[in-house]
Amino acid sequence: MPAVPETVDRVRQIDVDQYKYGFVTDIESEKAPKGLNEDTVRFISAKKNEPQWMLDWRLEAFRRWQTMREPTWARVHYPKIDYQDAYYYAAPKAFKAPKSLADVDPELLRTYEKLGIPLKEQEILAGVRKQGEPSQLDGDMMEGMRSSGRVAVDAVFDSVSVATTFKEELKRAGVIFMPISEAIQEHPELIKKYLGSVVPTSDNFFATLNSAVFSDGSFVYVPKGVRCPMELSTYFRINEQNTGQFERTLIIADAGAYVSYLEGCTAPMRDENQLHAAVVELVALDDAEIKYSTVQNWYPGDADGKGGIFNFVTKRGDCRGKNSKISWTQVETGSAITWKYPSCILRGDNSRGEFYSIAISNGYQQVDSGTKMIHLGKNTVSRIISKGISAGKSQNTYRGLVTAHRRATGARNFTNCDSLLIGDKCGAHTVPYMEAKNSSAVFEHEASTSKISEDMLFYCQSRGMSAEEATALVVNGFVKDVLQQLPMEFAVEAQKLISISLEGSVG
Amino acid sequence: MSLLEIKNLHVEIEDEGKKILNGLTLTIEKGQVAAIMGPNGSGKSTLAYVLAGRPGYAVTEGDILLDGESILDMAPNERAAKGVFLAFQYPVEVPGVATMTFLRTALNAQRKLRGEGEISTPEFLKLVRAEAGDLGINQDMLRRGVNVGFSGGEKKRAEILQMAILQPRIAVLDETDSGLDIDALRIVSEGVNRLRSPERSMIVITHYQRLLNYIVPDVVHVLAKGRVVRTGGKELALELEAKGYAQYTDEAA
Repeated sequence: MPAVPETVDRVRQIDVDQYKYGFVTDIESEKAPKGLNEDTVRFISAKKNEPQWMLDWRLEAFRRWQTMREPTWARVHYPKIDYQDAYYYAAPKAFKAPKSLADVDPELLRTYEKLGIPLKEQEILAGVRKQGEPSQLDGDMMEGMRSSGRVAVDAVFDSVSVATTFKEELKRAGVIFMPISEAIQEHPELIKKYLGSVVPTSDNFFATLNSAVFSDGSFVYVPKGVRCPMELSTYFRINEQNTGQFERTLIIADAGAYVSYLEGCTAPMRDENQLHAAVVELVALDDAEIKYSTVQNWYPGDADGKGGIFNFVTKRGDCRGKNSKISWTQVETGSAITWKYPSCILRGDNSRGEFYSIAISNGYQQVDSGTKMIHLGKNTVSRIISKGISAGKSQNTYRGLVTAHRRATGARNFTNCDSLLIGDKCGAHTVPYMEAKNSSAVFEHEASTSKISEDMLFYCQSRGMSAEEATALVVNGFVKDVLQQLPMEFAVEAQKLISISLEGSVG
Repeated sequence: MSLLEIKNLHVEIEDEGKKILNGLTLTIEKGQVAAIMGPNGSGKSTLAYVLAGRPGYAVTEGDILLDGESILDMAPNERAAKGVFLAFQYPVEVPGVATMTFLRTALNAQRKLRGEGEISTPEFLKLVRAEAGDLGINQDMLRRGVNVGFSGGEKKRAEILQMAILQPRIAVLDETDSGLDIDALRIVSEGVNRLRSPERSMIVITHYQRLLNYIVPDVVHVLAKGRVVRTGGKELALELEAKGYAQYTDEAA
């Protein structure tokens, strides 16, 4: 893929440790009172006009959370988080659910323009712009996607979903794609049936916290036998100071359905750390397939390690039906701390789970990420390809768990974890756990750690490439297997992002 | 004006302080093919690396002029864009990067440094196909990672392919004959000979006279203890083959 010359241009344009998405949008916002107690939970629930059953669900989670302790087993170090010193709800002031883009605060739209989010897909629908024509938007984050069109977007700003595109067209296909706050009102039967069914409210400290205070997020339901006609996408943005973001995503693919979902995240540059504790639940019924891709680019902190997002995320997919398939693909470049293990429960016979990951750490970033593949059904298959790249003074850990239940006859797993070190002040760690309770299970594990050698850099440089171009080329070669799993337009963007993240790590 | 002038070059290995080149002076004319021969440790490979700008070597005295302009302060990629090419003795593997991608990235990087536009895809494909065909490099090799899983002969052929695509003005071939059987040696030599032109100079570094039967040099320089101790015509190579290097190592001492 000849994206490398572009990446180099991009790298040149960007100064060391300049985070492109670090602007703040000046929008008046309405916040819940600082701190966390039952009243905060009630406040959020009331703001969302939630039914009593939803409030009860939240309160139960909150009461449980109070009895829980923050986990300490991950290889990350950070100052103690004061959960009372943050806001748990922030919404653009005078916010009313917009009926169309015209109702959205123009200041917000400008923010998304800067991010290059194709909210203006609506231009296409409205006939203002034909597909493939260049947009007036000058942001370039998603230019590839814009030109190919056909991506439905849900945008979440601090605690509120501000706009969802292509709603009507999706509706015709029978696909429900809306903010989860709306789904609670409009589809309570689906929410009651599936919310918390993959990640229970009691699951872990951060997931329980999320259950109590989650503010918004995306909801997707693809009915039986429907192949979702376009990529679905959500953009998350934390804008407010001292605000945590707790979004909740729930995706259900009914029997024989297929959906591909993309998630992108950015945040302004702030001196203090901001907390992000999301929960994503996926449910795939018989013969269904869900493909979930993430490009995570939260603010990583400055060159001295000050500021940045604390990213504590619980993502889990349940292959509930036979022959179902869930695949996670992630490109992780941001956040000061990443604690994230997108997992698959392979419950249905012949179900399949996949995890493809590129985790890049630079500066003082700390990443502890990996996956869990829980084989419960017969002849279940899982595949893990993890590529960790550490530069600067960062620490990058892969942590993976593969288990086969007594009933999981014929379970198979293949794991490949490769680490690449750039420079000599960073660290890469691999912590695989494997447990087979069925003697027919076959687990394979491969791991390697390598360094970008002086020889390799000089070889490329002697052919005409700068140190940055050479590093970008070598790194792109290293992550190729995973990039191939991303939707094409996303892969090009991810490639650029990788180069930008590694800027200043050589020479 | 000569294309390349190396003037009284003194070079040490940075960390060890070990001196390798000791006042080496050498001039390469435009279009000239110069063979550099010499015993192990005489500084042949160091000369190749210093010309290409490899980090880790300190030039303590002297200069290297290309078209009268010093290249000592230029980064390796700037030298490449000026037309310096090094065919490595041990070509490096770059896993996951297809040879095709590598070639194109390198070519476009050079063109950009020279202020030229990027090469178009059809033009590039045509160029690679023609050159690869002559060198017996198939599509499969072009799709594989750079030098990954290549045999010794394939690696050397791939180096010559890079040279053919990048069209340097001064090519340094560092022991391109090492590890080649007779057939591979012939293919590689033919590839090099096709690239000979009045506009292109070459420095062919080798231990053995054998390579020079295929790539016939205009001039032969003998290197010993970090300096040129004798210069002659192509017949000098035959003399060395017969008598060995002992006399020069003694002379230089």
